[in-house]
Amino acid sequence: MEWEVVIGLEIHVQLSTKTKIFSGASTAFGAEPNTQACAVDLALPGTLPVFNENALRMAVLFGLAVNAEIGKRSVFERKNYFYPDLPKGYQTTQLAEPIVGPGYIDIETDEGVQRRVGLHHAHLEEDAGKSLHEDFHGMSGIDLNRAGTPLVEIVSDPDMRSSKEAAAYARKVHAIVTTLGICDGNMAEGSMRCDCNVSIRPKGQEALGTRTELKNINSFRFIERAIDTEVARQIDLIEDGGTVVQETRLYDPDKNETRSMRSKEEANDYRYFPCPDLLPVVIDDDYIEAVRATLPELPDARRARFTSEYSLSEYDAGVLSAYRAQADYYEQVVKQCGDAKLAANWVMGELAKFLNQNDTDIKDSPVTADQLGGLLVRIKDNTISGNIAKKVFELMWSKGGSADEIIEAEGLKQVTDTGAIEKIVDDVIANADKQVEQYKAAEPDKRGKMLGFFMGQVMKATGGKANPGAVTGILKQKLDALCD
Amino acid sequence: MSLDRSDVEQIAHLARLQIDAADIDSYSQALNSILNLVDQMQATNTEGVEPLAHPLDAVQRLRADEVSETNQREALQAVAPATENGLFLVPKVIE
Repeated sequence: MEWEVVIGLEIHVQLSTKTKIFSGASTAFGAEPNTQACAVDLALPGTLPVFNENALRMAVLFGLAVNAEIGKRSVFERKNYFYPDLPKGYQTTQLAEPIVGPGYIDIETDEGVQRRVGLHHAHLEEDAGKSLHEDFHGMSGIDLNRAGTPLVEIVSDPDMRSSKEAAAYARKVHAIVTTLGICDGNMAEGSMRCDCNVSIRPKGQEALGTRTELKNINSFRFIERAIDTEVARQIDLIEDGGTVVQETRLYDPDKNETRSMRSKEEANDYRYFPCPDLLPVVIDDDYIEAVRATLPELPDARRARFTSEYSLSEYDAGVLSAYRAQADYYEQVVKQCGDAKLAANWVMGELAKFLNQNDTDIKDSPVTADQLGGLLVRIKDNTISGNIAKKVFELMWSKGGSADEIIEAEGLKQVTDTGAIEKIVDDVIANADKQVEQYKAAEPDKRGKMLGFFMGQVMKATGGKANPGAVTGILKQKLDALCD
Repeated sequence: MSLDRSDVEQIAHLARLQIDAADIDSYSQALNSILNLVDQMQATNTEGVEPLAHPLDAVQRLRADEVSETNQREALQAVAPATENGLFLVPKVIE
């Protein structure tokens, strides 16, 4: 039987406010345990929440960026459950009247599949603390620094039909929230966490199958792998005559399997009710328009501008605009070197390679955009070749310094003196009788391809410093002269 | 709507309340009389009336996003039954 996969995502985005959603405690990452957990976060008796205006603004900004209706009146509710990292015994969240109503996000997979994914709603809520389960004399350790950190939970409609679409959607949400500057986007630190609702149904069937929820997936790669693994499990289960049970499952990236979570949500009865400590949040059109006026250029618009202003391909423009820090970096390189295509090749090529290999965010790149721009200037003015530039880049990355300093210190300046190159070419030709004979024997239109050998020899003799354009010209001229 | 013994046990479990089995019947009766009152209110015609989230006719005030709290860990953990390395210790939650 042919199966159709149906996926909806719930993405938790940590807002980059300075303080908690309901208290004045700092949200800075990496502090000593419990040094940023105040009496409100600890739910000590007599404390009361006061709502952070910046969390409200960020949620509204997000709603405007995804074409959503903004809730002019939104209400906080209590979601009741017991867990040690939730001191109040309930999570303050929104249910019936969220801040962001229905909207949509357009996505495109690497294969070019386009889809409009409906946004069911997005609501404000507070994060829980962290439980550390390593052994403290048979007890668990609780760090409440994260308790009360503002989150926007973004709930999609079940509109995605493959793991690749789900990953593309998550990437798009990441691009939007980082562009808006409402989230640092650091998935490794848990700034963006993803739950995937996955079900399958026979192709053509309208009714949805029973879904399972995959919890807390913290990388785009794992979204794809976790969904693929879960879909395979559900298909096997149904084709063997079993039925899918609605449950929460945990993805284990080490074993590449999903498994049932028993623990805290076995009794899925949260007994929501409006929080009596918080009044309805009411905003007016003036407020919404004031926030709208601060909307930055969004990823889709930037992508369109990259194709028109810089003549980039759709693909290049898509990659470069997907992440604000990268898009900013790229534009700064273009400004420095004045060559949009060359800059795109380097940012997506050599720079991306080094960032990946060293697991470094582009914001922390040891080679700055101005420095990379400086390097590209030296390719353009023929001081160095593209190959030598890679060597220079590697040194810029590992040792620091500008391209000019490294080119000077390492003596990498390109040989453009035609007299010197001619001499080397003569030597190479004189010592390659066999290849010269082959060249002469070849059809004239095939000869171009045969230059590679001679080119390689000349580069070897000059340590790669000969200007490739000049060498090609001189080689052709001298070899063709032999053919007459 | 009326509650039986198992409903009361379930509610007590969700609220982490330990109740005496001998008291369950009287709890059921008490809770059912509250639910009867709710049933009476449900019967009222509320067409055209906006749902009310809060009895006060006021809206939420907002706080500026400025850090106003300092580290009070020592004082706050003084009342905790067990701490170590700055962490609160609780009975193990996952085996």
